[in-house]
Amino acid sequence: MIRLDARIPEGPLAEKWTRFKATQKLVSPANKRKLDIIVVGTGLAGASAAASLGEQGFNVKVFCYQDSPRRAHSIAAQGGINAAKNYPNDGDSVYRLFYDTIKGGDYRSREANVYRLAEVSGSIIDQCVARGVPFAREYSGVLKNRSFGGAQVSRTFYARGQTGQQLLLGAYGAMMRQVNAGKITFFPRTEMLDLVIIEGKARGIITRNLITGALERHFGHAVVLATGGYGRAYFLSTMAMGANGSAIWQAYKKGAYFANPSFVQIHPTCIPVHGDYQSKLTLMSESLRNDGRIWVPKKSEDAEALRNKTKLPADLAEEDRDYYLERKYPAFGNLVPRDVASRAAKDRCDAGFGVGSGLAVYLDFEDAIKNLGKDVIRERYGNLFQMYEKIVDENPYKTPMMIYPAIHYCMGGLWVDYHLMTTIPGLFAIGECNFSDHGANRLGASALMQGLADGYFILPYTLQHYLAEEILVPRMPVTLPEFERAENSVRDNIHKLFSIKGKQSVDAIHRKFGLKLWEMVGMARNKSGLESALKEFSALKEEFWKDVRVTGRYDEMNPELEKAGRVADFIEIGELMARDALQREESCGGHFREEHQSDEGEAMRNDDDFMFVAVWEYKASDREHEMHKEPLKYEDIKVAIRNYKI
Amino acid sequence: MDFTLKIWRQENARAKGRFVTYHVTGISPECSFLEMLDILNQQLIDKFEKPVCYDHDCREGICGACGLYINGRPHGQDDGVTTCQLHMRRYRDGDTITVEPWRAKPFPVIKDLVVDRSAFDKIIASGGYISVSTGGVPDANTILVPKEDAELAMDAAACIGCGACVAACKNASAMLFVASKVSQFAKLPQGRVEAKERVKKMVAKMDELGFGACTNTGACEVECPKNISLSHIACLNREYFKAKIL
Repeated sequence: MIRLDARIPEGPLAEKWTRFKATQKLVSPANKRKLDIIVVGTGLAGASAAASLGEQGFNVKVFCYQDSPRRAHSIAAQGGINAAKNYPNDGDSVYRLFYDTIKGGDYRSREANVYRLAEVSGSIIDQCVARGVPFAREYSGVLKNRSFGGAQVSRTFYARGQTGQQLLLGAYGAMMRQVNAGKITFFPRTEMLDLVIIEGKARGIITRNLITGALERHFGHAVVLATGGYGRAYFLSTMAMGANGSAIWQAYKKGAYFANPSFVQIHPTCIPVHGDYQSKLTLMSESLRNDGRIWVPKKSEDAEALRNKTKLPADLAEEDRDYYLERKYPAFGNLVPRDVASRAAKDRCDAGFGVGSGLAVYLDFEDAIKNLGKDVIRERYGNLFQMYEKIVDENPYKTPMMIYPAIHYCMGGLWVDYHLMTTIPGLFAIGECNFSDHGANRLGASALMQGLADGYFILPYTLQHYLAEEILVPRMPVTLPEFERAENSVRDNIHKLFSIKGKQSVDAIHRKFGLKLWEMVGMARNKSGLESALKEFSALKEEFWKDVRVTGRYDEMNPELEKAGRVADFIEIGELMARDALQREESCGGHFREEHQSDEGEAMRNDDDFMFVAVWEYKASDREHEMHKEPLKYEDIKVAIRNYKI
Repeated sequence: MDFTLKIWRQENARAKGRFVTYHVTGISPECSFLEMLDILNQQLIDKFEKPVCYDHDCREGICGACGLYINGRPHGQDDGVTTCQLHMRRYRDGDTITVEPWRAKPFPVIKDLVVDRSAFDKIIASGGYISVSTGGVPDANTILVPKEDAELAMDAAACIGCGACVAACKNASAMLFVASKVSQFAKLPQGRVEAKERVKKMVAKMDELGFGACTNTGACEVECPKNISLSHIACLNREYFKAKIL
């Protein structure tokens, strides 16, 4: 096995990144022209990295499965982006953002990485403003902030409810500028299907052209994965339909380790499920919890009446409503972190107080509209209210929204060191597809921050440090046997999928698998459930390879084939998630083991035995995955029980 | 609910396309338009036929991938929504619905309802950005932006690049798309510096790619799923004249 070395620079926490930059190796402009970099994915991390690397003078090849890089799923992020600017003068600092992120992640992330994230957060806002991102402003013309879950300061910058869109379009513009300058070549509608390793280093990828079906080979001196999370494994999630885990899964099978696969985030404020034909869930931004109050009825007979529609929410007097987050967590109230809010909603619904279908709670703006007026609420959340009304056909200005938790983000991902490099030399992972910053739970408005931190300000340094050793390596021809072999294995896999000619569509199997995954490796997990999940997933995998039906041909645009490959990988990822959840005998962040809870139902962490990153290694298709541990040390932060009550 | 669907099927860019009629039954009114097409596709797969290809991704109205011409209107009959946000409760039981791809010369059909919109990326690459590189920029609050300007810039920036404006326009003009970017940056102090160059390059690229001219019909504004106002085209024209004449 490879020794896990996180390569964290020496010195005090606050000086590590400065020291790294001061002593890192650089590549001269003349040599940069000779080096090729592959970037897979064009979300915030991928687009910002590609733009920055192109500006530095490297040759960059960028790939995305969408028809345009602007459509990557970062675009759907609504609420905002955190930065320790302390513009509102409310006591924020780099240390406090670092502290909140570690605490929010339930002490399962790496100190040095998180500190660096907080440190560069301010520069991200400067960069985005310079690129013309239309953030919200005060009348004086300065930037405006709002607060988000898990923080007692207002450090979130936003552009209405479309912050992700505006940040992504900023990074996309920067990337297209490099396309125009000839430093970036981009390949839309192209999906990475395998990683090519030559003499132990990542040297290229095999892709499929999604229009013609042609398999293509691409060389790079280094490969950067920015392919996002694997939450679509659950079938129903807030992810885009095409979001997948195949690139990181292929990398895992080639030797990149996978960290904390069971750490996924369940977002408390999504529009509830309404039917079995449903294809995806829609998120309602966490920012709504700034002004909305979450409640269910106090009496179960009222809950029943609301479910039967014999009563309306407005019929319930104030004293008959249970504002359970305000009641249980007075210090943070409706703004507790996502994992806490999600579990509390599940707890109330499981106890019979759910509304709607029974799996929903109210998010009510009545008080906010009374206090602030409709216009203020419309200005803050107008597009979200409109979106809700379009989907549910109810007017949230008049009647409370109904929400329920849904899968939204993956904290787990490829293991990376301080340089954001995986265990395969030359293979880097940035943004959501790595595990590095959010521990067992991510705070709201921190995903955008991490994506842009990795892409704009971290990778362009650390990758250069790696490439400094590669300047004498000439471009390799894609006729090398390693490319040949990788392409052949991809082709074989495609032919195998077509040859099955089974009875079930890809979606039918995916839906079945996703529901199981949600049931057993979702919001609450337990030993017997996870053990039976492992058995069922392996049976489902067999079923998939015996009974899936892929229509059409390989040499044409064929979404069924694309989905089939992704679902085959999701089933395997799900197995690893269950395995990871099973070994972690504690409750922390998004990972809640029913065996480990207090009498009041709060999560109970086990720091003595589980203060480590679970790092999984792929052995072979017929052998068990092997787990390694990266111990977590907290030197600058006092580890405490996460408390949002006082 | 039951529907009769007349859907444009076209094997590939070179093949001849045609309408094919399908029937779907037992559709829930809560079903979205794309979920209804998913159900149709499942039926086709069950019969070992090729499912209908259409672009879609986020299914929450923001990525801009989906775009169907439904009963003669881009993104269907509702105002301010994308195809993925359209729900079957907006139709009557038994309706016949015609579904076509975007029809515009610069957006050639790739397959069935999927078109090639890479022309939009080319327009952005020609100048749809502020030319700063990563690093070396001033503190964010040193650039003050009056609130009204920030709001107007945001109104323009809401464009999702779906192409409905082009599909709706009888001239297949991309003016609303180009205007949304030009206008966003024109309203911000950061964007003023290269405003003249930007508008010249983007308009030249738009013309080169074969998009038509604007005759102020206003169909783009009506069909835009993000309700982007025609006033941004006025802004584009103003910027263009300033750059070319003044």
